[in-house]
Amino acid sequence: MFQFILKRLAQGVVLLLIVSITLFLLMMEVGDPIATMGGRTVTRPSDRERLTRQLGLDKPIAVQYLYWLAGNDWTQIDTDGDGIPDKSGTRLGILRGDFGKSLVTKKPVTEMIAERIPNTLILMLASEVVTIFFALIFGIYSALKQYSTLDNILTTLLFVGYSMPIFFISLMSMYLFFILFKKWGLPYLPTVGMFDPEVGKTPLQVLWHMILPVMSLSVIYFAAYSRYIRGTMLEVLSQDYIRTAKSKGLPRRQVVYVHALKNAALPIVTVVGLDLPFLLGGAVVTERIFAWPGMGRLFLDHLSRADVSVVMGSLMLVAGAVVVFQILTDIVYAWLDPRIRYT
Amino acid sequence: MTSLLQVSGLRTRFHTPEGIVHAVNGISFHVNEGETVAVVGESGCGKSVSMMSLLGLIPTPPGEIVSGTAVFRGNDLFKKSEKELEDTRGREIAMIFQDPMTSLNPVLTVERQLIESLRVHLGFTKEQAQTRAVELLEQVGIPDAKRRVKDYPHQFSGGMRQRVMIAMSLSCAPSLLIADEPTTALDVTIQAQIVELVTRIRDSLHTAVIWITHDLGVVAGIADRVIVMYAGFIVEEANVDDLYDSPGHPYTVSLLAALPRVDRRRDQRLKSIPGAPPNMLIEPRGCPFAPRCEFALEKCRQKNPLLTQVGPNHTAACWVNPKTGALR
Repeated sequence: MFQFILKRLAQGVVLLLIVSITLFLLMMEVGDPIATMGGRTVTRPSDRERLTRQLGLDKPIAVQYLYWLAGNDWTQIDTDGDGIPDKSGTRLGILRGDFGKSLVTKKPVTEMIAERIPNTLILMLASEVVTIFFALIFGIYSALKQYSTLDNILTTLLFVGYSMPIFFISLMSMYLFFILFKKWGLPYLPTVGMFDPEVGKTPLQVLWHMILPVMSLSVIYFAAYSRYIRGTMLEVLSQDYIRTAKSKGLPRRQVVYVHALKNAALPIVTVVGLDLPFLLGGAVVTERIFAWPGMGRLFLDHLSRADVSVVMGSLMLVAGAVVVFQILTDIVYAWLDPRIRYT
Repeated sequence: MTSLLQVSGLRTRFHTPEGIVHAVNGISFHVNEGETVAVVGESGCGKSVSMMSLLGLIPTPPGEIVSGTAVFRGNDLFKKSEKELEDTRGREIAMIFQDPMTSLNPVLTVERQLIESLRVHLGFTKEQAQTRAVELLEQVGIPDAKRRVKDYPHQFSGGMRQRVMIAMSLSCAPSLLIADEPTTALDVTIQAQIVELVTRIRDSLHTAVIWITHDLGVVAGIADRVIVMYAGFIVEEANVDDLYDSPGHPYTVSLLAALPRVDRRRDQRLKSIPGAPPNMLIEPRGCPFAPRCEFALEKCRQKNPLLTQVGPNHTAACWVNPKTGALR
């Protein structure tokens, strides 16, 4: 088992290296970071030249990647443009934990991500928990009462929910729970930000502001998950060992929640394990609509300014999480299914 | 002698997109205390479905028990609530299934699967049940039972898994055991061992056994009485010796003729029954076996014969006497 994990980690490192090269190449195409650095004023050609040199953007792409990966403190860079290197570099590279500085805010990327991660996690984990909880209830119910009236109604509603774009659900929920509720004199839900600036960032405020974004996020994932759980449960319930369990006279509860669910858990864990790392990336659309200061918005804001360090930082974080969660999923597999053993 | 189980007019069908499958078409039979009854017939003739109907193991829908009663120890199984039926299943009527590779839950230890019914039905504590589980495994001949009890099904061979199934079904000393082709999926040498094991346990527990099979060779060794089924009907019922000596239905005659024998001459080919079992989607009007029967008359295609007495404790559903080929 230990060997297996080591092997998978080694594979993961290679994979991340390939991912980073691909992403870096793609980043070269998203735009000119210097164009937006001066804010609304157009950057002067002389400034542009100087900045390009200082940021190392004049170097070949392979060298830029090397600096990003391993830093440039071991070499001299030419800052004044006279062709003679005059200053040693200051970057350490991501291999030594330095993700660089944002071109926009001049703050270290790690610091910026660390600020946003808790906001994103609280939002995404809440919606994941809500989703799985309700998906399990509805998925199992639908499987047990296949083709019953309620199953048919749920199936229809879920398809509608699944087919709707998330921005539409977000806007509709804003319209209903904010605009209409306010009009009707009902207590209405906030639609913007994490807390009311007048009250401050109290847990209660955050919870109150979370309701709408969590709801919007959950609808789509809930639809997908509960359909998936229903399908998996239906398949397991038709297995011979379920008939055996019934023939032993076990109570229905025990048949469903011990004999069936433990077998159905395997494919469900796969899906959840594949989805979890993406929670770190945040919800780009939902965070944008509800002005939630999370990773998704960070990514979007800095991508539009071609801020390489920040975008690469958040993408590599998700990529790293995918690798780690895949290994975790495999470990959970072995724990759930005795037939799976790693050597 | 009062019978342990008395089934009358059992009719089970399945609603499928293609139409209604008439799986069991009004069968009646009984099983006495401690008696072994073999139910034989080709695949898809309703053997398993009729037995699973008794225990409420038919998924409804699509299955439906249209009519019939099944009086077990004075109570109709079909009138029992789900809760009462759970109480009967496993405790009084146990079942073992055809394929031991898929009949055990792959993610639970053998111990876990053995102690469940002991705890549910007999109110054992966990420790009592664990001790009993080891004893049960020893009884069915699993070596090193104390250690093996912690293993998972995939760590056992097919024959060993069937032994585990048998241990599980007999854990509450049921008065009726339904064995649904328990040897079909096993090697021939293992088959004999399993048959021997079930017989031994049956004799020590005085359990009545319904042995579903299509292997007439096995039947001769273990059964007291034989029920022959075809297309959801019982076509013949007799004591095992009578059935082999003077089969009363052409289908039974063909089945016996199709049995491979060591003493047959080598140049003689194995006999098979021409044709295939009827389409169960169509409710049969005449005798369902008529299209494949060498004795079939015009009458057979018009009217399905009822089970009639053809000898002492021997009934058959045929217009013709297969010995003479004349009408009865």
